[in-house]
Amino acid sequence: MNFVLIAEQTLNGLQLGVMLFLLAAGLTLVFGIMNMVNLAHGALYMVGAYLTTFFYQQTGSYLLAVVLGLASTLVVGIVTELVALRTLYERDHLDQVLATFGLILFFNELVAILWGRAAIFSTIPDYLTGHVEFGVFRYPLYRLMIIGVGLAVAVLLWFVVSRTRLGMLIRAGASNRAMVAALGVNIRLLYTVVFGFGAALAGLAGLLAGPIYSVQPGMGELILIQVFVVIVIGGIGSIRGAFAGALIVGMVDTMGRAFLKPVLSTVLSPTAADAAGPALASMLIYLLMAVVLTFRPAGLFPAVR
Amino acid sequence: MSMTPRSWILVGLLALLAAVPPVAAYFDAPFYLDLLRRVMIFAIAASSLNLILGYGGMVSFGHAAYLGIGAYAVGVLGYYGIHNGCLQWGVAIGASALVALAIGAISVRTSGIYFIMITLAFTQMLYYLGISIEEYGGDDGMRLKLRSEFDFINLNNETAFYYLVLAILAFAILLVHRLVNSRFGRVIQAARSNEARTRAIGFSPYPYRLAAFVISGALCGLAGALLVNHTAYLTPEFMNWTRSGELMFMVILGGIATSAGPLLGAAALLLLEDVLQGWSLLPKEAVRDHWQLYLGVILVLVVLFARRGLAGLLPGKNE
Amino acid sequence: MHKTTRTLLAGLIASAFIATPALAQQKLKIGFISTFSGPQGAIGEDMKNSVELALDHLKRKVGGLDTEVIYGDDQVKPDVGTQVADEMLKKHQVNFVAGIIWSNVMLAVAPRVTAAGTFMIGTNAGPNQLAGEGCNEMFFTTSWQNDQTPEAMGKYMQDKGIQDVYLMAPNYAAGKDMLTGFKRYYKGRVVDEVYTRLGQTDYQAEISQLRSKSPKAVFVFYPGGMGVQFLKQYSEAGLRGQFPLYSVYTVDELSIPAVKHAALGQLETRYWSQDLKNDANVKFVGDYRKKYGGKTPSYYGAQSYDGILLIDSAVRGVKGNLADKKGMIAVMRKADFASTRGKFKYGQNHFPIENFYLLKTVAGATPTSDPVMEIQQTVFKDHKDAYGTACKMKW
Repeated sequence: MNFVLIAEQTLNGLQLGVMLFLLAAGLTLVFGIMNMVNLAHGALYMVGAYLTTFFYQQTGSYLLAVVLGLASTLVVGIVTELVALRTLYERDHLDQVLATFGLILFFNELVAILWGRAAIFSTIPDYLTGHVEFGVFRYPLYRLMIIGVGLAVAVLLWFVVSRTRLGMLIRAGASNRAMVAALGVNIRLLYTVVFGFGAALAGLAGLLAGPIYSVQPGMGELILIQVFVVIVIGGIGSIRGAFAGALIVGMVDTMGRAFLKPVLSTVLSPTAADAAGPALASMLIYLLMAVVLTFRPAGLFPAVR
Repeated sequence: MSMTPRSWILVGLLALLAAVPPVAAYFDAPFYLDLLRRVMIFAIAASSLNLILGYGGMVSFGHAAYLGIGAYAVGVLGYYGIHNGCLQWGVAIGASALVALAIGAISVRTSGIYFIMITLAFTQMLYYLGISIEEYGGDDGMRLKLRSEFDFINLNNETAFYYLVLAILAFAILLVHRLVNSRFGRVIQAARSNEARTRAIGFSPYPYRLAAFVISGALCGLAGALLVNHTAYLTPEFMNWTRSGELMFMVILGGIATSAGPLLGAAALLLLEDVLQGWSLLPKEAVRDHWQLYLGVILVLVVLFARRGLAGLLPGKNE
Repeated sequence: MHKTTRTLLAGLIASAFIATPALAQQKLKIGFISTFSGPQGAIGEDMKNSVELALDHLKRKVGGLDTEVIYGDDQVKPDVGTQVADEMLKKHQVNFVAGIIWSNVMLAVAPRVTAAGTFMIGTNAGPNQLAGEGCNEMFFTTSWQNDQTPEAMGKYMQDKGIQDVYLMAPNYAAGKDMLTGFKRYYKGRVVDEVYTRLGQTDYQAEISQLRSKSPKAVFVFYPGGMGVQFLKQYSEAGLRGQFPLYSVYTVDELSIPAVKHAALGQLETRYWSQDLKNDANVKFVGDYRKKYGGKTPSYYGAQSYDGILLIDSAVRGVKGNLADKKGMIAVMRKADFASTRGKFKYGQNHFPIENFYLLKTVAGATPTSDPVMEIQQTVFKDHKDAYGTACKMKW
């Protein structure tokens, strides 16, 4: 283990972390404000990846595709909210889980009908390829851009939530919904706006992920569970918690995958380390979550109620 | 116990299931024995989940873990040449109860979404553990050389096995019914609707909830032992998170906190899968390969419009 | 609402119970199990397309008999696979069960089918358990034993004298089998062996580790979506030119449209390629492209096409007498059909003894077309799998 490698892995952890954060932010807002478990959040991530890829192929302009992709994911999110999810806010978590699981199946198959089941080609424009030199090592430009976008979104969200009227409503809605409605705020509209906002963030994560991950039906579920782990560790409903949780999970997962085996092999026999390392690395974030919940049953940064 | 119209319908359903083997034999359609045995095994697992999820309000998103532990208990003992059914199934129940005790001790203290996620997390850990144990086939799983052996029954006789599953299903439904109508069950249900009040009248819900969690895990472990005998194959796939989801959906689809719900839900989901794939009424290509699209829409519609699940459609008052 | 729901349910339940009457056996029934729904359904689609093409070529009469193929979706779950197989055996009373992508589904289904006295024709999964002691006279496969393909790559890299290889695979049974198979023929230095989480999406951490070890070459096994992700990230990280990448089951005709240039130069070993020059393959690939809008078939398709032709040869050999199972076994052992891989023989364990080639992904014919995989050289001639010696079958 040397310093350069640790620095590089830290960047990797950061990059995975901000990717998880983009997904977690929308999910935790919807959770915190509407008290809604939305398993279909991963489906919106997939929709964002597909639509952006589609628009990029059609228009040939990446920036235009990003704008169109985000806008259309926002629309899909809002339509889903209006048609299916709106009536679920008052229901218990069970109904929400069942209905949104139904939506996952629906969206996965719909995408398969429209674009086929096989993974589709998704790429980035030439100006985003290449590497940035850090003296001793180099890092892909695109991944640096993901880190940049993620951090920018985090700052933006912090600003919106803590400095604007919408943010005030969001905070108020998360801590006392009935009161906000009683004060004459159009709570339905607030819900739709928040949901659309979350959908657009999921779409943003999807469009960033498309070129480096595989754009295929079901791509949302692979990452969704990790995102749930993030928001539970962070504390549901808290953007700050989602950010902290995302970075912790990103780091722990990355470091576990990178260094667990070498570290174990210093104490265990090589064969034992070979067997235990990868298995333990797979379980690490779940272990982390169990430990966090054992000591802080409402996560690290519970939203104030 | 007094017989409400609901109970009569449930008894009727079980009687109907009991009539399946001779009817299937008459029409020379043995496949339905397999299909319905599978339905009943999942109904047992769903009943166990219904105890904590429906009556106890504990939304476990990791119940497939016990299905897996029950299956591994039978499969691993069989791997070492121990085929004694009483021992295998005893270990399946005992091991599931122990694991449920460990998981429950931590997770029952949490509530709401935290409970959902922590139960999911533990099951994911067990799933990855199952995948990484090469000795027992890793993710390939392994074949069960022999079905569990009992003195009083031969599981290789498909009909006998069917009736044993039916008997266990009836027992499971009755057990859950008795439990929830006991003092113990009333504490659990009271804690679901108002935890503060339960505490105020002098009950700490934690031990009661934990006990329900353990009983539920043990019962699901038994279903796992049945499932591995049914499939004659052991695979960590039994513990996949989507499997936990399916169990939840069976309970909700059938109607939570009802005796007949788990059976109705298991039957509806598994038969629907079978029917949507083989349906000849619609253009085949459109249905077969995209049956999950229709299943998805049906799930959403059930939640939106049939709020109490299939059991809600039955006559009589909801329990 | 309630009333309509109830009627609908009654209808659904009723239709589930209408059994197809068992017809007198003058028709050939084949049950074809694969994954048709969900993310992995793309493989099943390619297999189904090829089965349909084979049926077209045989004018819908396999072995001269009217043929019905019943498709079943295993959803990548062993217990669903057995359920579907039971339905085919008991309800549809099929004469052959064919298909199956996944080793775990195959291990659950095959013994059930053969125990019922029905033929199991595997057209993809070739787990070692069925090649060794678990071999069965009712089981044939038109694909390979899992280890054979990585063995070929091991041999190639050994012959080339490549040292310091870095090995990577997902942490599951097939992943371990692949690396074991590779090391059976590769005797050079292995820098490290890394197992990643099954279904992992991000490989950047592993790629950084890899770069820090500066191997001379990298050998990986990343099937399906994992392969798409790994290749994109490997080339995005700029490792393409730095460490030559060798792989098995990672790049294929299904994943090339998704990775395009990121697969260029990729070396794989395989028993079949779309550019194999034999009459059967030229016809198969050409007609497949014609029928399915220019798509190139994958090896999954070629194996499935062969599976139907193998059944055709068996039924023809006994003149349509489906009761003559001994006769059909004897015919199938001759592998006397126009296989897309060319002439091959069956081993003692009913696994093919076949050639393995080194394939390279090269640019397509026109600048806009997808890259294609082409044969570079033959690595093994008539390669037998390592487990057949444990098979007690005599013939």
